Formats: sequence, structure tokens, C-alpha cells
Amino acid sequence: MLDKHKSLEKNSILMLVFIVLVVSVGGLVEAIPLFRVETTIEKVQGMRPLTPLELAGQNIYIRENCSVCHSQQIRPLRDEVERYGHYSLAAESMYDHPFLWGSKRTGPDLARVGGKYSDDWHVAHLVNPQEMVPGSIMPSYGFLKERGLDGVKMKKHLQAMKAVGVPYTDEMIAQAYNDLMAQAHPESDGSGLTARYGAKVNIRDFDGHRDNVTEMDALVAYMQVLGTLADLKNYNPDMGAEVKHD
Amino acid sequence: MSNTSSFTPTYNDHVVRLFTLAAVFWGIIGFTAGVFIALQMAFPVLNVEPLLSFGRLRPVHTSAVIFAFGGNVLFATSYFVVQRTCQTRLWNDTLALFTFWGYQAFIVMAAAGYVLGVNQGKEYAEPELYADLWLTVVWVAYLLIFLMTLKNRKEPHIYVANWFYLSFIVTVAVLHLINNIAVPVEFFGMKTYPLWGGVQSAMIQWWYGHNAVGFFLTAGFLGIMYYFIPKRAERPVYSYRLSILHFWSLIFIYIWAGPHHLLYSALPDWAQTLGMTFSIMLWMPSWGGMINGVMTLSGAWHKLREDPVLQFMIVALAFYGMSTFEGPLMSIKEVNALSHFTDWTIGHVHSGALGWVAFISFGAIYYLVPVLWGKKEMYSSRLISIHLWVATIGIVLYIVAMWVAGIMQGLMWRTYDSMGFLQYSFIETVEKMHVYYLIRVLAGVIYLGAAGVMVYNIYKTITGNNNLPVKEA
Repeated sequence: MLDKHKSLEKNSILMLVFIVLVVSVGGLVEAIPLFRVETTIEKVQGMRPLTPLELAGQNIYIRENCSVCHSQQIRPLRDEVERYGHYSLAAESMYDHPFLWGSKRTGPDLARVGGKYSDDWHVAHLVNPQEMVPGSIMPSYGFLKERGLDGVKMKKHLQAMKAVGVPYTDEMIAQAYNDLMAQAHPESDGSGLTARYGAKVNIRDFDGHRDNVTEMDALVAYMQVLGTLADLKNYNPDMGAEVKHD
Repeated sequence: MSNTSSFTPTYNDHVVRLFTLAAVFWGIIGFTAGVFIALQMAFPVLNVEPLLSFGRLRPVHTSAVIFAFGGNVLFATSYFVVQRTCQTRLWNDTLALFTFWGYQAFIVMAAAGYVLGVNQGKEYAEPELYADLWLTVVWVAYLLIFLMTLKNRKEPHIYVANWFYLSFIVTVAVLHLINNIAVPVEFFGMKTYPLWGGVQSAMIQWWYGHNAVGFFLTAGFLGIMYYFIPKRAERPVYSYRLSILHFWSLIFIYIWAGPHHLLYSALPDWAQTLGMTFSIMLWMPSWGGMINGVMTLSGAWHKLREDPVLQFMIVALAFYGMSTFEGPLMSIKEVNALSHFTDWTIGHVHSGALGWVAFISFGAIYYLVPVLWGKKEMYSSRLISIHLWVATIGIVLYIVAMWVAGIMQGLMWRTYDSMGFLQYSFIETVEKMHVYYLIRVLAGVIYLGAAGVMVYNIYKTITGNNNLPVKEA
């Protein structure tokens, strides 16, 4: 054994090849089946890609690195389910590139924050967290209200998302700007938006300022959709297993 | 290791000196950033939106300490060690100098991006594609220099420290490439969307993230252990067989442990169980390596009494042993249910980072500085001792505060009142953290101050005139 090892010690390229082989095994065994096994992602109704406005909000969430303090992953533990709601399904983050499950809860989990607070509450909280939640240690994000959103660019964002496998249709891509504007302007005709993304889409003036679409609109729209898409009432965990045997 | 040959090549120590100074510089920056974001958690008024808010500064801290401080230490020591153990000059001076400036440019690019809001949202892999591609160029040059220097060696055997360095360089390259595949929104834009999404993204990210710990922060620094401890103690490595066993079992098992970051998540159970099992197995090679390092002092224990540089490296191994025991413990699902998402994890990371990674680095730096600048010894041995003990107090304060904070918060989250309702609102658990966050700030200030003593000591050593008559071989 030791003698055989000497041949590795005397040949740097052989050593390099062996190292690569040895470190490849674990990663391959753990990652490859995730792309192949059908039960990895549950069959659940209601999941759809984010609307252009919500996607812009998710990008702000990523830019400000919200996920270093807020998880989006409810574990199937009694207290978590009571505090935050139904445990998270893999299907619920399947259109997130990257995943935003987080690793630390300096603040609470946000996987199902959608619909729990009003838009006004979110705006006031983002502007001054300590005013809404005394004792909070969250930074303020009031500048989002002042920053206009570049809606024209969202078309390219949807194209890139499609390239990584998110099922945006050609129509969704072509109408990205219109859909973004429609979602933040309740007085406009939102029929195209709801036709593409479903009747449940929140169409509101999220930041309370009618004049323009801001980053605040986008982030609040994203907050309000979190955890609201999957139809959990009709979700049966055992159904997934049955599908496998078909 | 064996310096038996009478022939003395001229080594490229210029680039090693540069990397050593850069390591010290970024260390201070990284520790300072850490103290500042710790202060922000105690006093949120210190967040200055948008540029200096916690979310943007946190990767500045983590990247500065891991990739800037740790990375420069690894470059410096690997270039130093590979020349000595191969008895040959580092291959290609120009390319070596390119790796120095190229790597510093990557650090600046990444950190500037975070502050300005360029961040792909993956922990410890925050830089966007343009910076990732640049790092790839630098890293390929690094691998090439290392391999070519190995190829030019005058010794028949490749010394064990170089196995660890080689596995660190090549595995980090593989992790970096696979984890960072992304599609840019536009050619001259910064925003990209990572190829991997959802649960696959989670698995690949923590395969990357955990092995950044395993290969960047462990294998690379074990390379330091395998050269600098025997060298300083003037003893051979305790067991050659154990070295072989340590090396191959460590690199094989580490790769599997990533899913312990995703226990109870939507990752399939079989993957979680594999991750947990291999994490527990990882305890064995970790301690095997620690024993191999500590027992190298056999027959030279008296040196540990007198030499603060050796003390630094042995205390580092003690922290390594502690955090590699704590890690498998926290990978057990039932323990993880409590510890995950709390500050316990932060404490665990820092016992490894401050105690193991930084201490073995300080030991190596104190060894390197006199050698590289042609001095007899460090300016003050006493100041090294002060650095060691003050910093150790800082670490203990830090990890104890985080243990208490983390376990308390984890328990509060799951506490029910007599009516069967959750007893504490989330914000009540946040408010309880305040005093521990203050203690952490104090701990960080202590650790930073101790590092300041090191900077002074290094400055006095380099500018002093305690010169060696001949250059050390």
C-alpha cells in the first residue's frame, strides 16, 4: 500500500488526477440524482414564474442581501409550522435562480410573508423598521422609494431567466414592460397580465405613490407574493410518491 | 523537507513577501469590517443606507477574512513551501507576480461590487460573473505555477504539505467553476442569473460552500501545518502513514458533507442523510490530522514552553480539534434543528476561523517574516505571546457569547406556554440578543487589537537592523 502510494508521490500529474477523482465522487452522487429523480420536486398546483415586477423585487432582495438575515425555508418542525405556516416545498423555489433559502434568522423567515401584512405596513416598515417593530435591528431601506425602476430592461431579464430554464413564454417576454407597468397601476387594463400570470396576481400601487414605479413597488410586490402561489390546501405529500410509480 | 543537499537554489521570495504583507493588510481590514458589522447588529442606527447597510457589508467582511486574508496567506505559504520542499525556484517570476496583482484586483473588484449592490446572492460566492471569470484566469495561473514548480523539483518525492496545497488549488477551481455558471442579462451588464435554480441550486451552493471550508480553509491550512510545525519544532512529521490516511480520507469525505447546511429543508431526505452521515465520519480524519500535527512535537515538548510561534500553531490545532468536533455534532439532525438559523452557527464558524485558520496563519507569518526579510528573529517574542493570549481571550469571549445567544434563541423559538401557544414573538427573541451582541463587539475589538500588536511587531522587525549575515536557505 505504502509502496504503491510512492508512485503518486513521485508524479505530480498522477497525484492531480487522483485528487480530482477522489473529490468528484461525493458531489456527483449527491447532485446528479437531484436532476433525475422525479420526486425531488413535488407536484403542486399554482406555481408560476414571478411577474416582471416581482422578479425586479427579487433582484432588489438579492442586491441588498436580505437572505443573510432572513430565511425562506420553513422546516417541518412543530413550532416553525405554527409560527410561519406550512413547511416549504421544493416546488416553491423551483423558479428561484439562485435559491434564497438563507442560513441565518437574524430576522424572521419570509417564505410565507405574502399577504400577512398590508402594503402600507411593508412600506412603513422598510422606511423605518424600528417604528413598526420596536426593538428591531433591521437597517432602513427608505431610499427604495426614491429610486425609479427600469422597467424596459425586464425583457432581457426574462430572456436570461428563460435561458436558465424558467418557463417564461415568448409572449411574457415580449410584454414584460407592459406587464410590469400594469401590475403597479391598478387603474390600467390588467387583463393581459392576468391572462399570462393568473387571476390571483396582485395588481396594486404597492408604494402608495401613483406617479412612477419605484424599487419600493417592486420589493413590496415580491414580499406580497412570497409563499402565496402553491396551492397547499389541495397538496397531498403522498401524491408525489404515487406519481413515481406510474 | 530534507535540506540535505548542499546546493542552494535562489528562491523567489519577492512574491512571497508581497503576499505576506497583503495578508496582514487584508487581515486588519477584514477584522475591522467584522467589528463594524457586529456593531451594526448591536446598534442598527449605524446602518447607512444604501452603501453601508449590513446586507452589503457582511460579504465585505466574509470575503475579506476568507479570500483576502486567508487567500493571501495560502498564496504566500504555498509559494514559500513549494520552493523549499522542491529545492527549486518558483516557476515563472512574471506569472507569479501576475497572480499577486491579479488576486488583489479580484478582491477589490468583489468588495467594490458588494458595496455598490453587485451580488449574485450566493453565500461565500457573492461576486458576479465578471469577477468570477477574472478569478478563474488568476487561479489557472496559480495552478500552473504550482504544478510546474513541482515538476522542476530536485527531490524525488512530493512532500505531504504540497499534497494538501495541490488538492486545495484544484478542488477550489472545480467548485468555483461549477457553482458560478450563470447567464448574463446583457453583455456589458453585471447582473446574471445562475444556471442552477431551487433545490439543485441549494445542493450545489452548499457543496461549494462547505468545501470552501473543507479545501480553502482546511486543506490549504493543513498544508501550512505540515510544513511549519515540523520546521519550527525541528522534528519530522509524527507519522507518515497517518499523513497518507489523513489526506485521502479527508478530501474524500469532506466533499459529501454539504447537505448538513440543508437539514430539514426541501432537499430530499436521502441527500440530507448522506450529508449528515459523512459529516459525522469527518470527525475521524479531522482529529487524525490534528493528532499528527500535535504529536510532531514528540521529543520536543520543551519548545512549546519557550516558543510563542509554536504555541500559536498548537493552540490553532486545539481550536481545530474543537471546531471539527462541534461541526459533526451540529450536523446531527436533532442538534441542527436547534442550532440552525441561530448564532450558534456563527460562533462555530468563528471558533474555526479565528482559532484555527487565523492562528495557524499568524504562526506561519511570525515564522516567515524574519526569514523573508533576512532577520535573525521577530522584533519581540514577548509581543507574540501577548498577541496569542489576548486574541485567545477574544475568541473564547466570542464563542461563549454566541453559544449562549444561539442556544437561547433556538430554545425561545420553540417554547410553548401553558396554553399550548408559542410563548415568544420573534422580536422578543431578537431583543434578548442585544447583550450578547455587545459582548461579541468587545471580543472582536480585543481580537483586532491583538492583531494590531502583530502589525507593530512585524513593522519593527522589517525596519529593524537585526539582520542575518547570510540569507536563510
